[in-house]
Amino acid sequence: MSNSLSKEEAKSKIDKYAADILRPMQSHGGLELWVMLLALGLIMYVFAYFIQLRDGLGVTAMRDYVSWGVYISNFVFFVAVSLVGMLISAVLGLLKQDWIKPITRVAEVVALGFVMVAGLVIVNDMGRPDRLMNVFIHGRIQSPIVWDITVITTYVTISLLLFYLPLIPDLAFAKKRLKNMPVWQYHLFNILSLGWIGTPEQYKILHKGIRLLAILIIPVALAIHTVTSWLFAATLRPGWDTTIFGPYFVAGAFVAGAAAVVILMYILRVNYKLKDYFTDFHFDKMGQLLVLVSLVYLYFNLNEFLVPAYKMKDADAVHLHTLFSGKYAVLFWGVQIFGMIIPIIMMLFRRFRKPAWLAGIAVFVLIGAWLKRVIIVIPTLLHPHLPIQNVPEAFHQYFPTWIEVFVTLGSFVMALGIITALLKIFPVIPIWELAEEEGLTEEFESYE
Amino acid sequence: MSEKNKESKSRRDFLKTGSLIGLGAVAAGAATYAGFAYEGGKGHPKVPHIEDSLSETEQKIKVLTENGELAEVDINSLAPVEKDEYQTAIQQQGREGLAGKHWTMVIDLSKCRNARMCMAACQNAHHLREEQHHINVLRMQDDRNSAPYFMPKPCFHCDNPPCTKVCPVDATFKRQDGIVLIDNERCIGCRFCIAACPYSARVFNWFEPKEVEGDDDLLYNVELNVPQKKGTISKCLFSADRLREGKLPYCVSACPNGVYYFGDLNEDTVTNGTSGETVRFSELIRDNAGYTIMPELGTKPRVYYLPAKNRLFPFQFEGKTTLEDEHI
Repeated sequence: MSNSLSKEEAKSKIDKYAADILRPMQSHGGLELWVMLLALGLIMYVFAYFIQLRDGLGVTAMRDYVSWGVYISNFVFFVAVSLVGMLISAVLGLLKQDWIKPITRVAEVVALGFVMVAGLVIVNDMGRPDRLMNVFIHGRIQSPIVWDITVITTYVTISLLLFYLPLIPDLAFAKKRLKNMPVWQYHLFNILSLGWIGTPEQYKILHKGIRLLAILIIPVALAIHTVTSWLFAATLRPGWDTTIFGPYFVAGAFVAGAAAVVILMYILRVNYKLKDYFTDFHFDKMGQLLVLVSLVYLYFNLNEFLVPAYKMKDADAVHLHTLFSGKYAVLFWGVQIFGMIIPIIMMLFRRFRKPAWLAGIAVFVLIGAWLKRVIIVIPTLLHPHLPIQNVPEAFHQYFPTWIEVFVTLGSFVMALGIITALLKIFPVIPIWELAEEEGLTEEFESYE
Repeated sequence: MSEKNKESKSRRDFLKTGSLIGLGAVAAGAATYAGFAYEGGKGHPKVPHIEDSLSETEQKIKVLTENGELAEVDINSLAPVEKDEYQTAIQQQGREGLAGKHWTMVIDLSKCRNARMCMAACQNAHHLREEQHHINVLRMQDDRNSAPYFMPKPCFHCDNPPCTKVCPVDATFKRQDGIVLIDNERCIGCRFCIAACPYSARVFNWFEPKEVEGDDDLLYNVELNVPQKKGTISKCLFSADRLREGKLPYCVSACPNGVYYFGDLNEDTVTNGTSGETVRFSELIRDNAGYTIMPELGTKPRVYYLPAKNRLFPFQFEGKTTLEDEHI
């Protein structure tokens, strides 16, 4: 292909990539406001968490029956969203879906931001975070929590590598191209690019490494969410005591993650002016992906709710009545209809897969995905096998306190902070992959 | 109740003293629990705080030896035990349990009239808040056509406990004598065991525990779970501390109506906490159609129930003799 482009054309194309993709790294319009907003959120988080540490977990709405609340739902959500890194970079990448190339880094950044904070979310839920080290000193491999810690740290490691490896050529490129970058950034790029000069052999090693990581990350990613689902499925409670939870959680995770990536793509398209990279075509494709995973998730929902609803075993019946027509009915049907059914129907039509429409739909899907985790975690705990008696009224219900709200918001602030930092410090699109696709690798490497 | 307080107070002093004096290197077992042991005149230096607390004339002190005999030893040959060391020994014996025993409880539902003396005795012994129940008397009705009844519900100390399986740090564990305990000095407060227990037997210290200031100087005893600790789990322990002393659990002895039997499956005997009568466990269960709660879950509970038939007291709660939608 490179032969079809003249030297000048090739050069101008690379120049355009450099201009478009590297520019947002240096023009920070509105960044201060955003960072201040995040800082404010972080302060609220620290304040709320301090009160929780001082007074105990009793400052939350959790009590002896609903002993897991929004913290755990939020943890499940964070792990869920992070799965998208594996779906896009690994599964679609290995399937040679070339349209994902500009999106891979965005997907990896989302994965990293959420999975790194997921660990902290679980610490926020601990009654004795000061004894965290006990998990390493006295850890029992029979406990799903230990499995979860193991696979999540593995996933963080592989995701970091899968973010970093494809970054190397771009760092070398940006180091040469970016004028007036701060000294620390130049040094950072210089060190992290590991002396990359773009020889064919280096490219060979790079491709091999990325492919290996892409294969490795698939079982690990499946494991993190399957194990997370086992935190519930390993118990004997109606609503959790089901064999479908592993794949059900994984399917739901792809929905949440794909929606998050669509939203971030849209923000970057507008804010970073990347219309030529996150094109209508890419949104159309992401819309198709989102509708596909949503349909799979809908299928799992049918199995998860309708099969027990047909039989109405005593304990299940109490749980299902709460969801279908009881205290949680509004939330349950709201999530199913506005977070799943209507988005699926809309996204089946091409016009709703246009960038703005799709981003709007993805917001509904993502909010629905968060609330869905609340529905999975909390109602089950309100209906134990034996009645809840001789305890204060507060033990019979659950609604998060403001402490829980701020601590939860804080986790989002931290995830968004990580995502912002990564997208500000590093190029958001793998430039070398675009160049490679166009056959411009030589031009890409030959600058100066 | 006041007698109970006194008892626990003297016990507290006993433990406190025990933590200060003892064998140089603490041997596990009964001698440790007694807290005193004879240090065979190895010429340890004088211990300042013991000297302070005793008058000049008291140069001899009575101690309990490993064989359970009283002996008089010179005060100079006593060396203090590090608090940590003593604590470790207590924890160790608490984790091991009583060899050769397999504790069980039988609850006769036909005798329960919701007196709740068991609940009060338990909360008092374990320094629990009002809303924390190691044992909880529930109002049950199995079917809308069947009669309501009261059902005291302790921890069932399952032989296949779902709670200990999920603990990430081995803070809750099952001992050789069948008791499921909690080490609240190790518990990280993840509450996975609460989620895993299908019988809602576990409570959590959401706030600073009750009597936290009074308990401050108390040595933690894993068999009593006192002092309770903020951010950790608590639950029924079958009064493991009382069993070690050869006594019946707090709830069992407190019942005025003869509801509880407690004993050893290996001996096949259980003793009624009210009448003191000891009967064959197998006969009691066989003759009265004893059962366990939700055996289909496979947890193999070690608490048996005798059905609520021919009841001594009619069901009555808050003036009503029926239950409406109270179950679940």
